[in-house]
Amino acid sequence: MNLIELLAEPLGYTFMVRALLVTIIAAALCAVLSCWLVLIGWSLMGDAVSHAVLPGVVLAYIAGAPFALGALVFGFLAVALIGGVRDTTKLKEDAAIGIVFTTLFSIGLVLISVTPSHVDLNHIIFGNLLGVSASDLWQVVLLGAITFAILVLKRKDFTLYAFDQTHAHALGMSPRLIGAVLLGLLAMTSVVALQAVGVILVVAMLIIPGATAYLLTDRFGKMLVIAPVLATCAGILGVYVSYYLDASTGGMVVLAQAMIFAIAYLFSPKQGLIATRLARKGRRKALAASR
Amino acid sequence: MNAKQSTALAIDVTGATVHYGPVLALDHASLQLGRGRVCGLVGMNGSGKSTLFKTIMGQIKPDTGSVRINGTDPLQARKSGQLAYVPQSEAVDWSFPISVREVVMTGRYGQMGWTRRAKKKDHAAVDEALERVELANFADRQIGQLSGGQKKRAFVARCIAQGASIMLLDEPFAGVDKRSEATITKLLREVADDGGSVLISTHDLHALPELADEAVLLMRKVLMHGDPDVVLQAENLALAFGLDPMKRGGK
Repeated sequence: MNLIELLAEPLGYTFMVRALLVTIIAAALCAVLSCWLVLIGWSLMGDAVSHAVLPGVVLAYIAGAPFALGALVFGFLAVALIGGVRDTTKLKEDAAIGIVFTTLFSIGLVLISVTPSHVDLNHIIFGNLLGVSASDLWQVVLLGAITFAILVLKRKDFTLYAFDQTHAHALGMSPRLIGAVLLGLLAMTSVVALQAVGVILVVAMLIIPGATAYLLTDRFGKMLVIAPVLATCAGILGVYVSYYLDASTGGMVVLAQAMIFAIAYLFSPKQGLIATRLARKGRRKALAASR
Repeated sequence: MNAKQSTALAIDVTGATVHYGPVLALDHASLQLGRGRVCGLVGMNGSGKSTLFKTIMGQIKPDTGSVRINGTDPLQARKSGQLAYVPQSEAVDWSFPISVREVVMTGRYGQMGWTRRAKKKDHAAVDEALERVELANFADRQIGQLSGGQKKRAFVARCIAQGASIMLLDEPFAGVDKRSEATITKLLREVADDGGSVLISTHDLHALPELADEAVLLMRKVLMHGDPDVVLQAENLALAFGLDPMKRGGK
């Protein structure tokens, strides 16, 4: 089998085409958002919100409402509860996050177990790339497009929020509002991505691409390009490998992203482990020679 | 600029009291600063300098008292870009992937549309500001790749590009080399000569008489406000610090 046949064969199946489309959209969207999350220090918050949307999605399913609506409500509920626990106790934020999101996630698990359903709601947890229906795909496209458009159009405000909230305040903007919008977009993105890799692994797609891009450049504008390009390539690679190995698709997508992170971590020209070690060695040699 | 604005005080804080829980941070503090003046804010750690800054910025609403900026409501003043802020070094993420030019450009955001797209006049303002702080050759460096003094100058350039009439600087001379300190001092004097008002919190008492037109001694309330040479006399500093930090003895 030559390379073209290798790439073309899966595309003969509608479910594979849909899986690839959802993966590309989810990977690119998560990657763009992850650039801000990594810089603001919201990786744990991304973890929390992406898990906490689970009961919202299940309740939306029961009520026949859009998943995004339930996700938004529970995303904000999680953030409010985390802030509340943090501010009214002596607990630090990581403890508050740990308590709140696991509680909400558990509510989701319990709701799934008691909800009679003709679709397997466990797919929300582990993702079900190969079972994406046409209407699922449309929801992903629509939500993804809206979220992506807001992120790109207001990117300068989000970047200023990440870099210097006091300056944003001094210009009469509301850092609180910008932060709330970003959290809302995080909840929407979680809905898009849980179709691809499931609630548990969404956080990987929300952290790894931004972190990878951050190791490769010191310009935010470039991060916003590098992150989605790498994440999308990794996503496509993951889907193909999972097809031929008959392995978990969501798991493979995340593993492919992690592999690219590892490569950047080792080989990034400026900040990679090898480059910094070599530079240190070079400095030592120069120092020794000058003595 | 209308007549009302041109006669109003730049900063007018009256009787501001701020609590953090049970801790009293500001106790009926009042501070009036006129146009074209440079004012040094002096006090111990915990004397309420940062709280006073935050009150002026509108980040903290005082329990009692009021704040007026250029004779108007602080939010209105902020929205029209009249207030600019230079953060303490510790408050900045120096590894953030942003260039010096991009930092200065954020000073222009208030004048841009909702997508913050830079126009010709924005680029011109940024270039001019970078020239004035002598950082034109460093414009494309990542912000962390500057020396301590250059970093400060980058943020001063942001204030200049913003065209703010009031500048607040929190410890601008901490970890700054002499040359940058001189450049910043000269710039702030120019800003004041153009009618701008500058409020600086500083530990560098020796540099104050040359830099500032007036000095304020803060210990939760304003103990003294006047000529720097008078405010910095040993017996006055003793009120705020409990000792003579300039070690000039009885002079």
